[in-house]
Amino acid sequence: MIETSNLTGQRIKKYMQEGKRFDGRKLDEFREIFIETGVSKNAEGSARVKIGKTEVLVGVKMNVGEPYPDSPDKGNLMVTAELLPLSSPRFENGPPKFPTIELGRVIDRGIRESKFIDFEKLCIKEGEKVWTVFIDIYSINDDGNLLDAAGIGAIAALKNAKIPKYDKKEEKIIYEEKTKEKIPLAKDIPIAITIHKIGNNLIVDPTRQEEDISEARVTIGSSNGIISSLQKGSETSLKEEEFYKILNLCEKIERDVFKKIEKFLK
Amino acid sequence: MTTKTFKRPDGRKVDEIRPMSAKVGVIPNADGSAIFSFGETIAIAAVYGPKKMHPQHSQNPEKGTLRCTYNMLSFSVQDRIRPGPSRRSTEISKITEWALEPIVILEKYPNMVVDVHINILQANASTRCAGINAAAMALAHAGIPMRDMVSSISIGKLDKQLIVDVNKDEEDWEEGEGATDIPISLTSSGDITHFQLDGKIKKEELKKALELAKKATKEIYEVQKKALKELPGVEND
Repeated sequence: MIETSNLTGQRIKKYMQEGKRFDGRKLDEFREIFIETGVSKNAEGSARVKIGKTEVLVGVKMNVGEPYPDSPDKGNLMVTAELLPLSSPRFENGPPKFPTIELGRVIDRGIRESKFIDFEKLCIKEGEKVWTVFIDIYSINDDGNLLDAAGIGAIAALKNAKIPKYDKKEEKIIYEEKTKEKIPLAKDIPIAITIHKIGNNLIVDPTRQEEDISEARVTIGSSNGIISSLQKGSETSLKEEEFYKILNLCEKIERDVFKKIEKFLK
Repeated sequence: MTTKTFKRPDGRKVDEIRPMSAKVGVIPNADGSAIFSFGETIAIAAVYGPKKMHPQHSQNPEKGTLRCTYNMLSFSVQDRIRPGPSRRSTEISKITEWALEPIVILEKYPNMVVDVHINILQANASTRCAGINAAAMALAHAGIPMRDMVSSISIGKLDKQLIVDVNKDEEDWEEGEGATDIPISLTSSGDITHFQLDGKIKKEELKKALELAKKATKEIYEVQKKALKELPGVEND
């Protein structure tokens, strides 16, 4: 019962031809989004994001380390994802497989390239000490669209984070003492939206079953209409007009999603 | 042992468990799931199976296999843990299997495996105990045939004083004889399924520790039972 059967797949496609989905949504309609921040006390920032039955937990930890040689005055970012076997019968223990790695990397680029974090302000001493921001993403329940959930979770956890106290003399972080200082973030929030192509239709926020029969997907990270990261996934090609349709749809969805999450991010 | 005036760092009585909470059915994908917490220590567990065991050479034709994995989220503690398995998590996974196996009726499932995935969302000591409590509930929620329930508690000895449900400050106790940590898991009929000890303790004190564990696990058992009965769609009797 793990895979979506052909028969179910055909029925989903047939429905979509009529603009309908199993759960009654429109093709371009997101499920309800729920965000809870500050869910883990030992993290510098954390968030639980639910999109329908899909749930992810994202935590931000910070550490002081050496900067990279090519950016001696900038802090570092590291994004890791884990698709926990707890969250789906499909995920197994063991070294991370491609979907896990891709998830972390797509979210990483979405945040990094949008310049959401002001890394220069995370420099403690040029060439020697800078803050590293770790964003760790865990799936709790996979009912499709983990990518978008993870992106929203990363933003919410970053906004929730407080920098811990750093003792410059002792060169030690005092995690118990959280300062009031937040991670320096840009005003515009980058949102990653994934559009899926199923038959001749474009849909957003697929359930697990819908994601199974997706032929191609494009994830676009943008803030305020400016695109800063993009990834096309899967082996099916897209026609030029399809691609433009995706870009247009994405712009609309970004606004919709922003409206849904805005109230949680204050 | 007569230090009646002993003060715990968080002001609890010596035999007082931190506020517990428990809930089942928290992961829709899983066949059974539960969340259990001792104060700030939160464990979540999911059960998948019984299902066919892969690889085939791991199959046991006499009875099913219980397979537990314990994992701490990287941000569940102050110093970030590198994601992935460690020596510590591998041992605790096995300990958890041993703690639960006596109560699970696996004879019905030859060549099959029941997977139990435990994740620590937030840690303030006693994580393996919270994990075992959540896992036992998740197994029951999954409808796996069971002989009994398992409840787990950590008993501590701070200097000379025995205490129930050790937190992080107590785990790091350094005064006097220091801290001894004794995680114990018991079935509701009192059988010992898991017993560990780190520190120094006399035989008489250890007997007392077990008595404390018996009393504490009774309380935990009630919390577990209540959560399982509160499951939506289940008729309360």
